[in-house]
Amino acid sequence: MDTALETGMVVRRTRRLGRFVDAYGQELVVTAALLVLMAVAGTVNRRFLSETNLTSLFSGNAYVAVAAIGMSMVIISGNIDVSVGSLIGVLATISGTLAVKGYPIWFAWLFPVLVGVVVDAFIGVLVAYARIPAIVVTLGFLSILKGGLISATQGAWIANLPPGFFIAQFRVLGVPSPVYFAAVLTILAALWMRYSALGRAIYAVGGNGDAARAVGIRTKPMVVFIFALNGFFAGIAAILFGTQLQVIQSTVPPNLELNVITASVIGGVSILGGTGTVVGSSLAAVLFAAISSSLIFLNVSAYWLRAVLGLMILATVLADMARRRRIG
Amino acid sequence: MRLSFRSLLRHEAVLAVLMIVALLVLAHQSDRFFTTANILNQGRLVSELGLVALTMTFVIVTGGIDLSVGSILGLVAILIGVFWKAGILLPLAVLLAVCVGGLAGFVNGLIITRFRVPPLITTLATLALYRGLAEGISESRSVRGYPEYFYVLGQGEVGGMPTQLWLLLAAMIVAGVVLGRTTFGRATYAVGANETAARFSGVAVDRTKVLIYTASGLVAGLAGAILVSRVSTTRSDMGMGLELDAITAVVLGGTSIFGGRGTVAGTVLGLVLIQALRNGLALAGVKGDGTIVVIGFVLILAILVTNIFGRDGDG
Repeated sequence: MDTALETGMVVRRTRRLGRFVDAYGQELVVTAALLVLMAVAGTVNRRFLSETNLTSLFSGNAYVAVAAIGMSMVIISGNIDVSVGSLIGVLATISGTLAVKGYPIWFAWLFPVLVGVVVDAFIGVLVAYARIPAIVVTLGFLSILKGGLISATQGAWIANLPPGFFIAQFRVLGVPSPVYFAAVLTILAALWMRYSALGRAIYAVGGNGDAARAVGIRTKPMVVFIFALNGFFAGIAAILFGTQLQVIQSTVPPNLELNVITASVIGGVSILGGTGTVVGSSLAAVLFAAISSSLIFLNVSAYWLRAVLGLMILATVLADMARRRRIG
Repeated sequence: MRLSFRSLLRHEAVLAVLMIVALLVLAHQSDRFFTTANILNQGRLVSELGLVALTMTFVIVTGGIDLSVGSILGLVAILIGVFWKAGILLPLAVLLAVCVGGLAGFVNGLIITRFRVPPLITTLATLALYRGLAEGISESRSVRGYPEYFYVLGQGEVGGMPTQLWLLLAAMIVAGVVLGRTTFGRATYAVGANETAARFSGVAVDRTKVLIYTASGLVAGLAGAILVSRVSTTRSDMGMGLELDAITAVVLGGTSIFGGRGTVAGTVLGLVLIQALRNGLALAGVKGDGTIVVIGFVLILAILVTNIFGRDGDG
C-alpha cells in the first residue's frame, strides 16, 4: 500500500481518537478515575470487589444517578435546581404514606412521580414566564418543601409498608432493580438528548437562548418541559430511595441536592450551560459512591470521608479546567 | 426628581411595604413581639447570619456565589476549640482560627480567579472540603467549658445592647459605605455588571474578587467565633445550611443573582424581614418548620412582585 495513504489513514484515525477524547473527555476522566480507584481499593482489600459490596455500592446510589439525569438537563439548559433533595424527600414520604394507607402499590409508585412532574413544571413556569432566576425559585422551593415535610410529619418513620412495595429490593438475575433503572434511564436519556430534535433543543436553549429562539425553538415552553422532566426523574429517584430500606424516614436526606449537582458537574456538565452528557453525570454518581465506599475499605477514618471527597471533587474540577484550556 | 409610580415600586419599596405588613400582623398576634427585650434578643440571634449576608452581598454583586460560608463557620468553630485545648491563649486561638477562615476564603478566591473555575463549582467543592476538615479534625467531639470572659462576645451586653449587635451594626455601616461610596465598591459593581468591560477599563478584576472571597471567609470565621461564644460549645455541624439563609436574605433584599445590582440597605431589610418572620411566627405559635415554608414563599413572592411591577422593560 502507498505509504502516504497509510500515514493519512493513521493521522485520520488519531484525529478521530483526538476528537473522541475532546468530546467525551470528562466521561473518560471519570471512568479512568473509577477504574483506578477500584483497582487500588481492590488490591488493598479484596472484599471491596466482592459481589456483595459492589452490588450494594451500585444499587444504593442508583437514585443519585437517576436524579442527576434530570439535573444535568436542567443545568445544560442554563438553569439550576437546588430543591431536588427536598423534593425527593417529600415524594418518598408521599409514596410511603399512600402505600401504608392501603392504596394500590402501583398507585403509590406512580402518583409521586406525577406530583414531581407537576411541582417542577410549576417551577419551570416561574423561571420561564415570571422570569425569576432558577436559583431563587428553587431556593424558595427548597424551604417550602423541606419545611412543609417536617411540619407535616415531624420526621416520623413510616413503617409497616406492604411487602410488594419495595421495588428497589427486587432482583433480576441477581442484580438489584435500581441498577437497571439507572442504566436504562441514563442510556435512553443520552440517546434522546444526542439524536432527537427535542433533546438537541435542550443544548440549544442553554448554549445561546437568543440563537435558539431565532432558529424557531420555543424556549419558554422548553424550559417548563425540561423542569417537568427533572421532576419525573426526581420522582423515580424518590421511589428508588424510599423503597431501599424497610422503613422511610420522612425527612430530607442532608446535602442530597449538592450531591446531585456535584455528580452532574463532575460528570462534565458545564455550569454555564450548553454542554455535557447524562452518561458523565451517572458515572460521576457511581464514582462518588465508590470513593465513599473505598475509603472505608482503605481504613480511612469515617470522620475524614467528606474532606477526602471534597479534595477529590476539587482535583477533578481543576483537571477538567486544565483540559478545557488545552482544547481552547 | 419626580416620583413616578414605577420608582415607588422599586424592590426595596416593595420589601419595606411587605415588612410593615408582616410586622403589623405579627405584632397583632403577640404582645411580646414589639418589646425592647425581644427586639434586642432577635438582634443577638440574627448577628451571625447578618454578618455573613453582608459579605455575601458583595460576592453576589460581583456575579459570584459563596456556598462554603457555612462550612467555613463550622471549621473555624472547631479550630477555636482545638487551638485553645492545645494550650494557646483563648483570644489568640480565636484570632488564629478566624484567620484560617480568611485563608479558606482566599483559597476560594484563588481557585476562582487563577483557574477560572466558576464560583458555584469552586465553593460547592470547598463546602464539602471545609466541612470535611471540621469533621475530621473534631472527630465529632465537642469542646466546652470556655473561660467566662469569652461569653461576653456572644451572651454579654455592652451599653444595654448585645455585644454582637454592635459588631453587626458597625459591619453594616462599613459594608454600606464601602459598597456605595468607595472606588472598591464601584469596582465590585463593574465586575458584576460586565467583567470584560471592567477589565478593559482598568479595574483589577481578579484582585477585587480575591479580596471579596477572602473577606467572606474572614467574616464567616468571625460569625463562627460569635456562635461558639453564644452557645458555649463547638460542634462540627455548626453553620450547616447557613449559605442558603444568607443567599435568601441577600436576594430578598433585591440584589440580582446575576450580579451588578444590589445594595447593603436591601440586604439589611431582607435580614430584618426574615428574622421578624421567624420570631413573629414562633410567638404566634407556628413551629420552626412552618416558618421555613413562609420564608420560601416570601422569597419567591417578593421577586415575583418586583418582576411584574417594578421593572423598566427587560433586565
